[in-house]
Amino acid sequence: MTSELAIPAEVLPPREVAPSPGLFHVLSPKFLAAKARPLGKTDNKSGRLVLFALIGAVFWVFVFGLLYRLLKYFRGIPEIGALLAAKLLGLMFISLFGILILSNVVTALSSFFLAKDLDLLVAAPVDWLRLYGAKLLETTAHSSWMVVLVATPVLTAYGVIYEGGILYPLVAAGAIIPFLIIPAAIGSAVTLMLVNIFPARRTRDILSVIAILAAAGIVLIFRLVRPERLARPEGFRSLVEFISLLRTPTSPWIPSEWAAQSIMTWLRKDPEILSFYLLWSTAAFVVVLGAMLHRWLYARGFSKSQESGERWVRQGSLGRLVAKVLTPWGVMRRELVLKEMRLFFRDTTQWSQLILLTVLVVVYVFNIKFLPLRGEGVTFFLANVIPFVNLILAGFVLASIAARFIFPGISLEGRTLWLLRSSPLEMRQLLWSKFWVGTIPLLALALILVFATDVLLQVSDFMMLVSIFTITMMTFAIAGLALGFGALFPKFNTENAAQIPTSFGGLVLMMASVVLIGLVIVMEARPVYQYVGARYMKIEGDPVEMWLGFGGATLICLAATFVPIKIAVQRMKELER
Amino acid sequence: MIELKNLTKKYGSFTAVDNIDLSVPDGELFGFLGPNGAGKTTTLRMIAGILQPTAGSIHLAGIDLASDPLAAKSQLGFIPDRPFIYEKLTGSEFLRFVAGLYGQDGDKVEHRGRELMALFDLEEWGDELVESYSHGMRQKLIISSAFIHRPQVIVVDEPMVGLDPKAARILKDLFREYVRRGHTIMMSTHTLEVAETLCDRIAIIQHGKIRSVGTIQDLRAEATGGGGLEEIFLKLTGERAARDAMEVLDA
Repeated sequence: MTSELAIPAEVLPPREVAPSPGLFHVLSPKFLAAKARPLGKTDNKSGRLVLFALIGAVFWVFVFGLLYRLLKYFRGIPEIGALLAAKLLGLMFISLFGILILSNVVTALSSFFLAKDLDLLVAAPVDWLRLYGAKLLETTAHSSWMVVLVATPVLTAYGVIYEGGILYPLVAAGAIIPFLIIPAAIGSAVTLMLVNIFPARRTRDILSVIAILAAAGIVLIFRLVRPERLARPEGFRSLVEFISLLRTPTSPWIPSEWAAQSIMTWLRKDPEILSFYLLWSTAAFVVVLGAMLHRWLYARGFSKSQESGERWVRQGSLGRLVAKVLTPWGVMRRELVLKEMRLFFRDTTQWSQLILLTVLVVVYVFNIKFLPLRGEGVTFFLANVIPFVNLILAGFVLASIAARFIFPGISLEGRTLWLLRSSPLEMRQLLWSKFWVGTIPLLALALILVFATDVLLQVSDFMMLVSIFTITMMTFAIAGLALGFGALFPKFNTENAAQIPTSFGGLVLMMASVVLIGLVIVMEARPVYQYVGARYMKIEGDPVEMWLGFGGATLICLAATFVPIKIAVQRMKELER
Repeated sequence: MIELKNLTKKYGSFTAVDNIDLSVPDGELFGFLGPNGAGKTTTLRMIAGILQPTAGSIHLAGIDLASDPLAAKSQLGFIPDRPFIYEKLTGSEFLRFVAGLYGQDGDKVEHRGRELMALFDLEEWGDELVESYSHGMRQKLIISSAFIHRPQVIVVDEPMVGLDPKAARILKDLFREYVRRGHTIMMSTHTLEVAETLCDRIAIIQHGKIRSVGTIQDLRAEATGGGGLEEIFLKLTGERAARDAMEVLDA
């Protein structure tokens, strides 16, 4: 009978400790999920795969081509060529190391403390060491895949130019693997300590600010190192001084230098085992240290991280002002914009990125200010061509900002889409609200950036006009692309908004933006160059080519603005969430 | 009024909802029962305009959802089973935002919002971020948001999950009073006691098809043997009650 559910004591098995599941068992849901949905739920997997492969291939070929040409040039320079190549690799690795540390600190907070599977894992009899191992691997994979993606064509170019041989991929992998593990273990340990020090979920906010300030610091330090000096050996008092600078390790105590050394010494046919030894022993040491800290602090930290979030907020005067300004546009639009603003400024992981943005802009303007564009050897042409380079760089800055702030917009609606979908709100309206909320500040920034740098560059009025027009069109196009790709590659279930831009969709967006900026500049550069040349020579230019160039660029920008949003609206309508 | 005609939803070759015909008139509280995975949530989410039907039509307050979705949705309030809302808005801001989605604002909305929050003992939490709310408090806030714009039709998926006994009682009274005023509510629930005491009519859905529909008396007659709703439910759905619990535990 079902009513007699009391189980006699003798039926119960003797009390025993359940064997702890293995590391790979703990990680198996991640593998299975990755296997089941490599590209997200979609009816058109093969189409997307082709798109991924195509854009990825273009990116790889671009990076490889760039490095190939540069390294070939270096190789042709006797004495200092190899030193320059090594220095370049060292600088690249130190930047990657900084990025990896920051990315691991932020990722570790999600994977070790906020992930949804933790309730299950912490409640299950999972050995602490296995939990640490599984979560460390997860953190490493999440934080490092993009670095691996960028490093592959770079290291391939080094291998090809310096004839690394069949064993070169193994050597490169042997250097890269510990280079990825070290920042993961350090980042996880830093997060673990922070979670234990700061109260509860505030840690996430504090971490975001720390991570961003650190990133800003790295950018500033990199700027202060003045890497451009290496490109101008004439600036040094003697060749000996220049060579001695090149020979000095960029940072002898940082693993990035060991990784660069491991690879460069192999390529110079003078393999050095010490760098490998340092890399692997340090990796082992930090993992052991991390595991010990984990055993000591994790249970307490995890418990703390489960406490509830922030409670009180103040009603800002900016919100009231915006509400007043937007009232004529209707209740629905006003409330959508207000909601976007509130969510942005109350989410520390979002607004804190503005700090980094400010530093980037300051460094950018600073760079332009110190460009040697006056004096001997600087022709009229050079002074007028530089604004195009400026436009390209400003375009990249805008694209990375759009990837940070506009691209995640749709993903962040994921869990609340039920509300928007069941209300009489048109998806078109939602997307255009997001477009304007993102584009207006972006445009203001773009105009200030281009205007300020053009004034510093002392460009002609004509070039100023061209720059302002182009950057305006490009801003709309980049914002359109960001929103479109955001809807095409949403990450609805992410636990950390800061991770959305580094998803595959974010990468595809960056690559598409690079292609867009390239196309626009290519279309405009020739006619502008000819026009400026003709004026310089005091002859008539060809207005037809000018119109064609600008017309084409405008069409491309308009298409990149409207087509992605149109596709996004359709995609949102079809979305079933 | 809610009218479903030949409503079907397929996911690939799997049919989640199979050719459902239902009509819920004004002034009726209609219950939707069925085992897990029977198609209740899919049906309700189609009515809310979140999922697109594979075939069939949905009319809300006489308006075709497919041909005029905005007008139809203007008549609707939806309460989902999982209370996901914007964590970084306060309770009051959330209600104001939802009212705004339906084009409503001003003193009336503010007053309604305060009344609804007071009804569910949330008035002291109005200026606090949703991220500090418990599961039950979020559910109460979502229920309040479904009433803020005074819809004609309310569709509710599992309303009692996470509610304390007092809030559950308030919700029952609110629902009864709401239909007494001529509005329509369609709700799915696993709490048979709630369905039995609250609903005017009940449909039992299984494998995507309506197995039976009618008042408690109708269902009792159909199940031949009477008893409470639990017995009727188990008989009609063919489920084995607490199937061989001893066997399972010994396995």
